Amino acid sequence: MSSAAFVLIAILTLAAALAAATLQKLMHATLSFAVALVGVAAFFFLLGAEFVGLVLVFVYIGAVAVLIVFTILLTRRDVGKDRGANWSGALLAVAVFGGLGWAVFKTQSVAIAAPHIRALTVKRIGEALMTSYVWPLQCVGLLLTAALIGALVLVMEEKR
Amino acid sequence: MIPTLQVFLIVSAALFSAGLLAALSRRHAIFILIGIEMMLAAANLNFIAFWRFNPQSQPPTGVMIAIFSIAIAAAEAAVGLALVIAEF
Amino acid sequence: MSKSVDQIFVNAKQWLLSWLMPAPAWVLQIASSLINIFTLLAVFLTLFALMSVLERKILGRIQNRYGPNRVGPFGLLQPVADGIKMLIKEDIVPARADKLVHFLAPILIAAAAILALGVVPYGRNMTPFTIDGGILFFFAVGSTTELAVFMAGWGSNNKFSMLGAMRAIAQMISYELPLIITVLPVVMVVGSLTPDRIVAAQTGYTLGLVPRWFVFTPWGATAFILFFVSGLVESNRTPFDVPEGESEIVAGHMTEYSGFKYATFFMAEYIGMFAITGLAATLFLGGWHSPLSVLEFIPSYVWFFTKLSALLLVYVWLRGTLPRTRIDQIMNFAWKFILPMSFTCVIAAAVWHYAGRGLRGWLWSFVVIAIVYTALSMLLDTQRKFAPRIYRFAE
Repeated sequence: MSSAAFVLIAILTLAAALAAATLQKLMHATLSFAVALVGVAAFFFLLGAEFVGLVLVFVYIGAVAVLIVFTILLTRRDVGKDRGANWSGALLAVAVFGGLGWAVFKTQSVAIAAPHIRALTVKRIGEALMTSYVWPLQCVGLLLTAALIGALVLVMEEKR
Repeated sequence: MIPTLQVFLIVSAALFSAGLLAALSRRHAIFILIGIEMMLAAANLNFIAFWRFNPQSQPPTGVMIAIFSIAIAAAEAAVGLALVIAEF
Repeated sequence: MSKSVDQIFVNAKQWLLSWLMPAPAWVLQIASSLINIFTLLAVFLTLFALMSVLERKILGRIQNRYGPNRVGPFGLLQPVADGIKMLIKEDIVPARADKLVHFLAPILIAAAAILALGVVPYGRNMTPFTIDGGILFFFAVGSTTELAVFMAGWGSNNKFSMLGAMRAIAQMISYELPLIITVLPVVMVVGSLTPDRIVAAQTGYTLGLVPRWFVFTPWGATAFILFFVSGLVESNRTPFDVPEGESEIVAGHMTEYSGFKYATFFMAEYIGMFAITGLAATLFLGGWHSPLSVLEFIPSYVWFFTKLSALLLVYVWLRGTLPRTRIDQIMNFAWKFILPMSFTCVIAAAVWHYAGRGLRGWLWSFVVIAIVYTALSMLLDTQRKFAPRIYRFAE
């Protein structure tokens, strides 16, 4: 786990996340959001969870970002622009970051280096999904189906 | 400097705050959705980091939770964006 | 002898790396990656140049004309002329365009296409980028293309670009689903997402004659055809080239691009085509395995590129033969026919597995596919009668 890669990815991710939170145009914010999520996926690679990183890229860039972009297009009503940050929100975000950072710094037990662990192969993830996590898996399947139908119904209501 | 768990937690806290900033300070619904998704991603980063820095990583609970949370985030985005389309 | 010819590139890379031997491990790792990257780029950019001229020549022959034959012997230097022309053209950026997005779109689209090439095994021990879950990597990287196409369309600030991008994304999303689901039976049967393992699972010959490629099973053949058609749509080729139909919306999302940026889009399209056909060869056509056991002395990479060229030839052939389809036809085809058929492939592969992978499994999975196919064709039959076309002004 190299520190140079870590610093690079951290800078990229946080810069893109800040851009996504503060940029004026909705489209730019969405694209920055995509970049931030690529950074998070890179973190997952760095941590040895390649499969989750790939799933993250696949779901967020391939589906969620494209969905957002489509929605922006379908709802063109000059709402593409948004006024800059409102101060109370920014203050609260900074306060939350301060609190979290302080807590993390004060906790001595998290200042540890990575132990050596067995590589996480796709086979192991699949076995875990099909044995101990089979109920959550079914529930997620049900939830996704419900979301699919719900989204369809919501959009069809508009047509009528 | 080898990255410790601490720095990962700091990065994830910063990402979470950026998401919070987007969710709280913007008016448009899509911005709020983006903020929520970023906060979820930060939480996932925490889960994966805790899994990686735990010597007993069998079964890979952190990874599983991250996978499920990604799936749920996708469902949430689909419904949220359908709401936006229906509303505007 | 044949062993050393087979491994010549692997050995050459090892020899190159041995010059750096006293260096630390990370330098070796970076050098190894760089060698892989440069080889990959050199091979596929040459193939792109070759393909661009050969395609035009073959299309010319199909349409009963010569094709490019002025520059160099048999017109083979045509890509050089094209490249020079593209390079010295003026690079126009529309005044109202979103400059940054407009600039980044071709880079992102080319990068995604080239990254996808990295996980395909080109020969024995010749996978540039080995990763556990390579198939997923391929599709994760490929899904980035949609966003890049969108960036091109939106950044140009042009109605034609936007329409083209919308069409492109609509059809890419619709066909990405069957593309992934048709890969599923192969992954299920092999039990691995790694391309190397998938190729290794297709080793050997039934009765010493027919190779054990997945295309020779009923589910494999169906999945291969569906994958091929979906790949055709993903790489925006005729008959599915609505996103950039020249006669309707100029050039779709590439309307506002000129010069080298346009060439980059063109290159990304071709390289995406190579990646899809390479993956098709890996998944269904046995990767780098030879079709007959007596021909195994021919190096593995030769077989891989033979299969790749054969599939590319079919792409060109289809382009020369079929007219463009309408967007609603494409969508109906995807959701009503291709998607149910790909799910059937998954079921048929499971049937094949549980019936013992032998002749019995072959028959049972064939029955499953035949039933679904017949039912679907009866359901989708519109009962519309077509009168013979009467030409009033021709002839």
